[in-house]
Amino acid sequence: MNEKITKSGSISRRRLLTTVSTCAALAVSPFRINLLQAQEATIKIGFPVPLTGPYGTEAQDQVRAGQLAIAQFNDAGGLGGRKAELVVRDDKLNPGEAATRTLELVEKEKVNFVVGSLSAAVQLAINNVTKERGIIFNSISQSDAINEAADFSKFTFHEALNPHLTSGAVGRYAFSKFKKVAFLTADYAYGHEMVRGFLEVGKAFNIENLGDIRHPLGTSDFSTLLPRIQALKPDILCISNFGRDQQIVLKQATDFGVKKTTQIIAPLLSHASRVAAGPQAFEGVIGGCSFYWGIEDKFASTKAFNDAFRKMYDGKLPTDYGALGYGGVRTVLTAVKNAGSVDTDKVIAAMEALKYDFYKGPQYYRKCDHQSVQSVLVIQSKSKDMKNESDVFDVISTDEPNEANLRTCAELGHKS
Amino acid sequence: MAGLSLDLIALQLFAGLALGAIYVLFAIGLSLIFGMLTVVNFAHGAFYMVGAYVGVYILMLGGSFWICLIAVPLLVGLFGVAVERVLIRPLYGRGIDYPLLLTFGLSYVIVEFVRIAFGKTGFPFDTPEILQGAVNIGVGYFPLYRLFVIGATATVLLALWLFLEKTSFGLIIRAGARDPQIVRVLGVDVAKVWLIVFGIGTAIAGFAGLLAAPLQGVIPEMGGTILAEAFVVTVVGGMGSIGGAVLAGLLVGVVVSMTSLFAPEMAKVSIFALMAVVLIIRPQGFFGRAGLMS
Repeated sequence: MNEKITKSGSISRRRLLTTVSTCAALAVSPFRINLLQAQEATIKIGFPVPLTGPYGTEAQDQVRAGQLAIAQFNDAGGLGGRKAELVVRDDKLNPGEAATRTLELVEKEKVNFVVGSLSAAVQLAINNVTKERGIIFNSISQSDAINEAADFSKFTFHEALNPHLTSGAVGRYAFSKFKKVAFLTADYAYGHEMVRGFLEVGKAFNIENLGDIRHPLGTSDFSTLLPRIQALKPDILCISNFGRDQQIVLKQATDFGVKKTTQIIAPLLSHASRVAAGPQAFEGVIGGCSFYWGIEDKFASTKAFNDAFRKMYDGKLPTDYGALGYGGVRTVLTAVKNAGSVDTDKVIAAMEALKYDFYKGPQYYRKCDHQSVQSVLVIQSKSKDMKNESDVFDVISTDEPNEANLRTCAELGHKS
Repeated sequence: MAGLSLDLIALQLFAGLALGAIYVLFAIGLSLIFGMLTVVNFAHGAFYMVGAYVGVYILMLGGSFWICLIAVPLLVGLFGVAVERVLIRPLYGRGIDYPLLLTFGLSYVIVEFVRIAFGKTGFPFDTPEILQGAVNIGVGYFPLYRLFVIGATATVLLALWLFLEKTSFGLIIRAGARDPQIVRVLGVDVAKVWLIVFGIGTAIAGFAGLLAAPLQGVIPEMGGTILAEAFVVTVVGGMGSIGGAVLAGLLVGVVVSMTSLFAPEMAKVSIFALMAVVLIIRPQGFFGRAGLMS
C-alpha cells in the first residue's frame, strides 16, 4: 500500500485517507474486541524482582515458586476457566528501575495485580506506583516501613516477614545467651530496620551495644572492617545484610577466625545464599527465616508445597524466598477465586478475610496494615550430617504466629 | 568507639596493603595492555570472571587449586589472544574509542554467555585446605590465604618485571610501545608483539579472578565492581604505568582500610575522592605520560 502511495503522487492523499480510515474502522471493531477478550481471558500478575545483581539467586527462586502457584491455579480450572499468568520483570534491585517496570506492567501489560520485590527500598517504590494506580500489591520482601501509615494503602499487602518480627525472634533467642553485641550492617533501610529491631528487643535482655559498623550495599571485601570488629571483642556479631553481601561477609569472617571467639547471628539466613556460599562460610551461624522446607514433618501444607515444587523442578526443594513468591501469588489468586472476580475492592475484602495455610502453617493478614501474621523460624546453619543438598539448616526455635510480636496498629499510625 | 590501639592500626594498615595487592594484580593487566597497546580494555573484568569460572570448571573435573594456578592463566591468556586476533586487531589505528566500545560490548557478551552456560547463581569456591585459617602476624590474626595472595602478586610482579626489563623480547615490547613505526621498520612483527602483550594482560586478569574466587565466591557479575576500582587505580597510578599501578593499588587499599577504621560508611566513596584529588593535583596520575590518551 505504501508503494502505491509514493508512486502515484496526486491521489496519494486520498489513498492515504482511505487507508487510515479503513485501519481505524478495523481497529475499532473486531481488533478492539479481541484485545478486550485477551485481557478478560488471562489474569495477569506483574512480578518485578531483582533477577540480576546481588540478590539474583533469591529472586530466581521467587519466580520459580510464583510460577508453581500460577500452574496450580490454572490446573484447578482458574477463575471459571480464566487462566492466570505471571509477567516477570527485572527490577535490578533499583527503586527507580522498579518504579518504571511497575508502571510499564500496569500501563502496557495491564496487569491485574502486582506481587514481588526483594528489597526494603524497592518495594516502597513499587508500592508508590501501585497505590496511586489502585492496584493490589503483595510484597514478598522484608520491610517495616511498608506497614506504617505513611506508606500503607488499602491496596498494600505484605506476605513477607518484617524486620521487627524477624529481629525480635532471633534477638529473643540469642540475647538470652549472650550480652556483648557488635553490629555489622548494610547501610540501607533493611539493615537500619533490623538493627533498630535488635536494639528494641535487646533492651529487655540488657545487652551491651559495642557499636554498629555500616557497609555499603554490594560490598565485595570486608577485610578492612573485620579487624575493627574483632578488636571490640563481642560475644555476638550481628550481621544485618543479605544476598551476596551475606555470602561474602560470612566467608571472610570465617577466614579471619571471627567464629572462634564470637557467635555470628543474622536476622535472616538466606537458603539460596547458604547453598551458593557453601557449608564452610555459614557453619554455626544463627538467624531467622520465614520458611524452611524441613518443617514438612510438622505441617501438611509444607509437605504438599515441597512435593509440588519437587515435581515441577526436577527434585529441587523450595527456598525461603521461593516460598514467599509462592505464598504471595497464591494468596492473591485464592482471594480472586473466593471473590469470584478480579475487581480490586472485592479481592481486597477476600484477602482480608483469608485464613490460610498454604506452605508454613496458619497465617492471616492483619486488618490494619495487611501484614501477614505468621511464624518465624530460628535456624542454625549446619555443615555435617546433611541428608541432601538442601539440608542446610536446623530449626532450633520457633516463634509462633502472634500479633503481640508485631508493632501495634497505633504505633504504626493506623487509626483502628 | 573504644579500643583503638596501635596494634589495631597496624593490623588495619596491613589489611589495607593486602587488599591493595588484589587491586594491583587486577590493575597491572589493565595497565600493561593500555601502556603497550593504548587499548582501554573494558572487558578486563570479564576476563577476571572467566578466570574464576575456569578455576571452578577445573575443580569440577577433579583438578586441584594448584593445577588451576597454572592452567587458568594459560587458558584465559589463550582466550585473550583469540580476542585480540579476531576482534581487536582490525581496530588498531582507529582511535582510542573503537577498542574501548568493542571491549565494553564484549564484556556484556561474555558475562551473558557465562550466565547462560553456568547459570546466574554462581558457585561456592572453598579456600584450599592448606591455606585455611588465620595466622598471627605479630599485631593480630590475619587469614593465611590473604598472605598467599600477597605472595602471588609479588611473584607475578617480579616475573613481569624480569620479562619486560631483562629479556630481549621485553625490550621489543617496550620499544614497540614507544614507537611502533620504527620497530616495524627494523623488521619486527609488531602485530605479534601486541598479540602476546594482550595475552599476558588477560592471563593476569584470569589469574586475579582465580585468586579472588576463594575470597568472595564466583558469580558472573564479579568483574563489574572490581573494574571500577581498577580504573581508579590505573588513573591514579598513571594510565599505562605498571609501577604507577603498583603504588596506586597499594595506596587505594590503605585509603580504603583507614577510612573503614574511622568512617566505614565512607570507605567506598573514599577511593573516588582520592582519585579526584590526584586528578586535580596531577592530571596524568603518579607516573603517567602526559598525552597518551590523545
